[in-house]
Amino acid sequence: MSGDTGAAGELLVARDIGKRFGGIAALTDVSFSIRRGEIYGLIGPNGAGKTSLFNVLTGIYTKDSGTFVFDGSPLDDLKPNEVAERGIARTFQNIRLFANLSALENVMVGRHVRTKATVVGAIFRGPRTRDEERAIRRRSIELLDYVGVKRRANDLAKHLAYGDQRRLEIARALATEPRLLALDEPAAGMNATETAGLRSLLESIRGDGTTILLIEHDMKLVMSVCDRVLVLDYGRKLAEGPAAEVQKNERVIAAYLGGDVSLNLKGA
Amino acid sequence: MHAFFDTRGRPALVWAGLALVAAALIALPWVLAGIGTAWVRITNLAVLYCFLALGLNIVVGFAGLLDLGYIAFYGVGAYVYALLASPQFGIHLPFWVILPLGALLACIFGMLLGAPTLKLRGDYLAIVTLGFGEIVRIFLNNLSTPFNLTNGPQGITLIDPFRLDGFSFAGTQHVFGQALTSPIKYYYFLVIVLLLVIVVNVRLQNSRIGRAWEAIREDEVAARAMGINTRNMKLLAYAMGASFGGIAGGMFSAMQGFISPESFVLVESIMVLSMVVLGGMGNVFGVVVGALMLSYIPEVLRYTVGPAQMAVFGRTLIDPEVFRMLLFGLALVLMMLFRPAGIVPSALRKRELEQVPADVG
Amino acid sequence: MDTFIQQLVNGVTLGSVYAIVALGYTMVYGIIQLINFAHGDVVMIGAMVAYSVIAVLVGAHVSLPPLAIVVIATLFAIPVCMAVGYALERVAYRPLRNAPRLAPLITAIGLSIVLENIALIIWGRAPLPYPQIIETVTYRLTSHPDGATITNVQVAIIGISIVMMAGLLVLIYRTKIGVAMRATAQNAQVAGLMGIDVNRVISITFIIGSGLAAVAGVMDGSYYGVAHYQMGFILGLKAFTAAVLGGIGNLGGAMLGGLLLGVIESLGAGYVGEFTNLCHLSGWSHALALRCVSDPHLALFGSNYQDVFAFVVLILVLVFRPSGLLGERVSDRA
Ligand SMILES: Nc1ncnc2c1ncn2[C@@H]1O[C@H](COP(=O)(O)OP(=O)(O)OP(=O)(O)O)[C@@H](O)[C@H]1O
Ligand SMILES: [Mg+2]
Repeated sequence: MSGDTGAAGELLVARDIGKRFGGIAALTDVSFSIRRGEIYGLIGPNGAGKTSLFNVLTGIYTKDSGTFVFDGSPLDDLKPNEVAERGIARTFQNIRLFANLSALENVMVGRHVRTKATVVGAIFRGPRTRDEERAIRRRSIELLDYVGVKRRANDLAKHLAYGDQRRLEIARALATEPRLLALDEPAAGMNATETAGLRSLLESIRGDGTTILLIEHDMKLVMSVCDRVLVLDYGRKLAEGPAAEVQKNERVIAAYLGGDVSLNLKGA
Repeated sequence: MHAFFDTRGRPALVWAGLALVAAALIALPWVLAGIGTAWVRITNLAVLYCFLALGLNIVVGFAGLLDLGYIAFYGVGAYVYALLASPQFGIHLPFWVILPLGALLACIFGMLLGAPTLKLRGDYLAIVTLGFGEIVRIFLNNLSTPFNLTNGPQGITLIDPFRLDGFSFAGTQHVFGQALTSPIKYYYFLVIVLLLVIVVNVRLQNSRIGRAWEAIREDEVAARAMGINTRNMKLLAYAMGASFGGIAGGMFSAMQGFISPESFVLVESIMVLSMVVLGGMGNVFGVVVGALMLSYIPEVLRYTVGPAQMAVFGRTLIDPEVFRMLLFGLALVLMMLFRPAGIVPSALRKRELEQVPADVG
Repeated sequence: MDTFIQQLVNGVTLGSVYAIVALGYTMVYGIIQLINFAHGDVVMIGAMVAYSVIAVLVGAHVSLPPLAIVVIATLFAIPVCMAVGYALERVAYRPLRNAPRLAPLITAIGLSIVLENIALIIWGRAPLPYPQIIETVTYRLTSHPDGATITNVQVAIIGISIVMMAGLLVLIYRTKIGVAMRATAQNAQVAGLMGIDVNRVISITFIIGSGLAAVAGVMDGSYYGVAHYQMGFILGLKAFTAAVLGGIGNLGGAMLGGLLLGVIESLGAGYVGEFTNLCHLSGWSHALALRCVSDPHLALFGSNYQDVFAFVVLILVLVFRPSGLLGERVSDRA
């Protein structure tokens, strides 16, 4: 097994991941690896199993077979909170913010896993708790600023515009100090300007040393930002490799055409 | 809420306001006693309900776990006090020993209820907690045979009042020519405890723990994905809420001197829940207002509905108690339909929200 | 053995009533995933209305056979309950269909309180003795002179329940509205797109459930001989337990769960005294031995704990098999 863990460049190694829902095979023998510091794209037609892969990776569903090795040690059967603690944070395809908390509070929740205050501390509010609380606040505001929603800090999350909600979700995930940030269709519902903004945000997150796993239907974005891409179709790996190569792969093109989704080749 | 305690900017004004509130709180029982001692007692119960509602607020308001059996913990606390400070077993421990014991036992009960139900979805949880509340009541009612633990439906009488170093909360003393009656003594005790509880609630809400609870309330899956150990956090909410209930129960026992299973029925759970809902779940200030309203309105009704009916119809058509329950039921429905966030506009919360954080560049 | 058979008969009778009430919970849940907390109170309204009709008819010395009087009373109670059920849905649940889960649950609690207190105003606080106008006939089930028996009322309750359940199944599986109901339960959105009037289907579901509840109310009142403004609370809770036990949303499950719960409860209440009899421990304690001389049935728990069984069953089911006996596992999507 040491071969799995050694390779200095690999942050996440997935081996033969399988997941079924009743009769549907959402994932079958999916293997891939993500290198440190890269932006790794995950694409495929609707229903290909992309979100399912996120769900088994983050422990929201238990996988039926296979292993994930994250940063050298296996992630087997960890609960979602344990996965987060290990350094994988995610966003959701259909935004799951804490709707009735402010944007700032949403990000502050993200700090939970990296902070320590207990009930006793919270009630007595000693100097250590107060310092920690102040640090949580400061860091959260920084993150809001970083993703560009600081001006909405005190608005309830549910009142934010769609694009802002997506970015807030990213800030919340970043607050957990992930080594791998998994984004499920962050550009969905964004207009061209917002998507451009998102691209530079992704670049700078990567610039800060965080590896990114990106599910995206916007091929223009995927092709411009991803170092390598994994293509899923009907739960199976169809292709993996540098974006430019995958784009030319005939099976990939066929899958997309068959799946009635146009692969925006011109824009790439 | 945070801003409320934030004296930066206008310290003098805030201190003046606080002093005014304090003076009002100190003077209140004497004014009420002037109207009738009954009103001091009513106020004490109202304060106790605030206490209970704030405890339930941790479970329902913060963590979003609908608990319909909350009164069971109140009952546990009340019975612990009654059994350890009454002729029932001839044990007479001091209150500062029993109250923590009651809190502890209620806390254990809270965890016992919480542990198996952690994974249940909201509405199932509501029914299970309701069942749990009923089980506790059935046991209180029946644990008189074969060994007489609770004295059954007759309840327990002659419960000791609070005593502190020879100073008893029962009876009347005279201070500066004024009668310091038992209810007034309890009033001061209760108000001090209530203020502490409010501070605890506010501090919890604005802490790492409170935010974790609120995250669970808003979206459990997302909360877990953010690294919150939802199992532990929910257990903690149950434990905290139950302990509050246990302490409130002990104070109730001492204050009343008599308890029976009658005081711990489902309707009481629903009443406390209504207070939380009415005030706006999770809104500490609102919950206190909700509890005060639902404690006083029925009393006011008691004094007005009967006479009003007499005047209009010449007889009592609807018993004030029934009328009060009808209003309760309707209020719950109307609240959910028209003001699901509570009647008290979360003004304080809004103020906090308006104050843009400028402390970081 | 005879006690066992007797408890079984009683349990099945009780279980039939639970099953009928449980159907109301399960149908509503199957279609809109709502626990209609006020359903037990609809049962109570049914019992009360029938009580009043019987009282009026008997008081007026109408020369009808007793059975006819009960039937007329039930036929009166059914539409009243249907109207109540319909109103509940329209006023308190429909506006909250897309609200967070807890909101309709709280309105349901509110409605339950309202219904109980309206009943309290109309029928008073004291338990009403249900007029025993049908003469009870007891049939012996075994040869033993004081062996197990079954009464005509029990036979009627079991029989009517079977007929109603069969009728409901026919309705759901053989009629157009039944198809619409099943389609809505599968996926309300798609059903709506297919031209099904989802609101109408939901209303009809409440109406059918409430009609069943009315009959259950009369059965319960006749069986126990009393009706009370709070009778719906415990009954509703137990029926809900039955629905969960069988697998909520599943019609067969509600029936099975009802019967099982009735039997568990009767057997539990019948045997708990024996199982927790303390006199087996007399050897350990002199004081205990002394008490057992005067009371050989000295037990830790007696049949007064009957109501606890349902709750214990409920908690166990929810913890170990939340999908119930016949329910499918449902996973929520992330
Ligand atoms: N909780 C679930 N229960 C049953 N089936 C599921 C569940 N989650 C996913 N599936 C099924 O698994 C398959 C893969 O779904 P998944 O959501 O992973 O696709 P996806 O690639 O994310 O699609 P999209 O691009 O539309 O988001 C689909 O057929 C889907 O219906
Ligand atoms: Mg997806």
